[in-house]
Amino acid sequence: MNRHFFAAAWLCLFYGTGASPALADESADTSHLRVLAGSCAACHGTNGNSVGGTPVLAGLTPAYFIARMQAFRAGKLDSTVMHHHAQGLTEDEITLLADYFSRQARVTSRAPTAENH
Amino acid sequence: MQRREFLKLMSAAIAAGMLPTTVKAGQARGRVVIVGGGYAGATAAKYLRLWGGEKLEISLVEESHTFISCPLSNLVLGGSKKIGELTFGRNGLDHYGIRRYEHTASFINPEQRIVMLTKAGTSLMMPLQYDRLIIAPGIDFVWDRYPALRDAAGNPLTPLRDAEHFGESPQPRIPHAWKAGAQTVALRRQLEAMPDGGTFVMSVPKMPYRCPPGPYERASQVAFYFSRHKPKSKVIVLDENPDIVSKKALFLRAWNELYPGMIDYRPNNVVTEIRENGGQDGFRVKTEFDELSADVLNVIPPQCAGDLAQGMDNVDGWCEVDFMTYESKVVPGVHIIGDAVSSALPKSAHMASSQAKVAAAAIVALLSDAPPDPQPVFANTCYSFVSDKLAMHVANVYRYDAQKKIMLPAEGGGVSDRASEQESDYAQWWAKNIWSDVLT
Ligand code: HEC
Repeated sequence: MNRHFFAAAWLCLFYGTGASPALADESADTSHLRVLAGSCAACHGTNGNSVGGTPVLAGLTPAYFIARMQAFRAGKLDSTVMHHHAQGLTEDEITLLADYFSRQARVTSRAPTAENH
Repeated sequence: MQRREFLKLMSAAIAAGMLPTTVKAGQARGRVVIVGGGYAGATAAKYLRLWGGEKLEISLVEESHTFISCPLSNLVLGGSKKIGELTFGRNGLDHYGIRRYEHTASFINPEQRIVMLTKAGTSLMMPLQYDRLIIAPGIDFVWDRYPALRDAAGNPLTPLRDAEHFGESPQPRIPHAWKAGAQTVALRRQLEAMPDGGTFVMSVPKMPYRCPPGPYERASQVAFYFSRHKPKSKVIVLDENPDIVSKKALFLRAWNELYPGMIDYRPNNVVTEIRENGGQDGFRVKTEFDELSADVLNVIPPQCAGDLAQGMDNVDGWCEVDFMTYESKVVPGVHIIGDAVSSALPKSAHMASSQAKVAAAAIVALLSDAPPDPQPVFANTCYSFVSDKLAMHVANVYRYDAQKKIMLPAEGGGVSDRASEQESDYAQWWAKNIWSDVLT
């Protein structure tokens, strides 16, 4: 079992506590922030709704999100890849991303249809 | 600060486009046509709807029925993936109200803002009108720039230069397999048919080309297959570049540890001639330094922006764009995204999808009479597999530099310490997540 399993297990506690996805205010998102958050989707799914394997970011509380990102930045949290992303972001960007993802509704992401070949 | 000064600064900032833009979904109006349904084009279509709201008319033109992922396709050569596992439909995008056309875009009239569509096997032409056009043409191959295919005077050489040997046919004798699909499968079959003790030779073009670490991942995958099934066989990499282009230390370490003595890497090696092997199977391959035999030969040819972008490319064959909007510097109203773009950015799937998102956000702004974001920032990662269960990454955040007017890597990026099983898992999940993000 790896450390991320533990992370995933206790992380469940943190979802939905402060977030109110129903009230998500889309208009408050600058296109700057949307694009930056959008680039996390390759690993974390559309709007942070991972299909699996990586943590879901949608609905994380800002405080938890910021703490994790700061820890990645400082090298205080084991990571395979996140330190490289977190260290490239500014404090402001992390705060904005925390707010953005806290406002995303948790939904089940889909898989594309397989085509026989 | 006094109020007047503040206002002055404000208007200067607005004039310089320095303020972040807030665009309400549903405000954008107009017709956007996207040509090309790969990682870049499909992403643009989806995100135009998500960010642009219901009033945008969005059309996606892509002639091929299926989407076949280039990422992970080297694993088909290694034997741990089947091409069918990388093959998807685009109908997962239909619920966004995107009109999909399985047509060929034959030409563009930028003055009248029309793309002309044709359908294979018919003579019908269908014009599509646009306010903004996105083209995501991917890459094409420049066979004339492949040294072995031209004579000393630079004229194309004819002997082997036919569809039987090279090119886009499904099963040429020398497949490129650099667009995932039939040729990937053809190359895998050749490797399977090769006797133990044979030699696989691959040639790598000068940068820039699609997927910088891809050739070295391919060498690793073929070596993985050989090590399990044909341990007396060899992999020879003839690289036109002076060194391994990406993740050098990681690849060298993996080759040493996993496939000792199997991969013969030769930098600065330009293939100058390819001949039949005197009645036997395989080929004779000449470089400036050596002559060698190849039982299976894989030429990754020099590349340029996909056909559709012809006339919008520079002398090197790539398309120059404004990195805030991805609008072509040659043809106004046309945005170009993905591997076709001229830049120092790695030509990766993640990069293509990020560029698509910048372009989608910018077009939503432009069609809402708002200024586009003047400082785009996004993340990029490329994973490479060195076996069926070991992978490693290179990851960076890229940030727009207003002075240089290009995207530059931010500090803090880098590569894995070593290839690991954990990252192989993550790389597989990366694929599942990006497929979901791009195609549903
Ligand atoms: C290349 C894939 C990849 C990309 C891109 C990526 N992440 Fe991650 N993320 C991961 C992985 C893998 C982990 C688990 C930690 C690790 O191994 O690095 C993770 C963990 C996290 C966590 C910790 C979650 C928790 O509950 O522990 C946060 C927060 C996070 N990522 C935010 C982001 C943000 C924000 C972005 C975009 C700027 C982003 N990630 C881009 C792969 C990625």
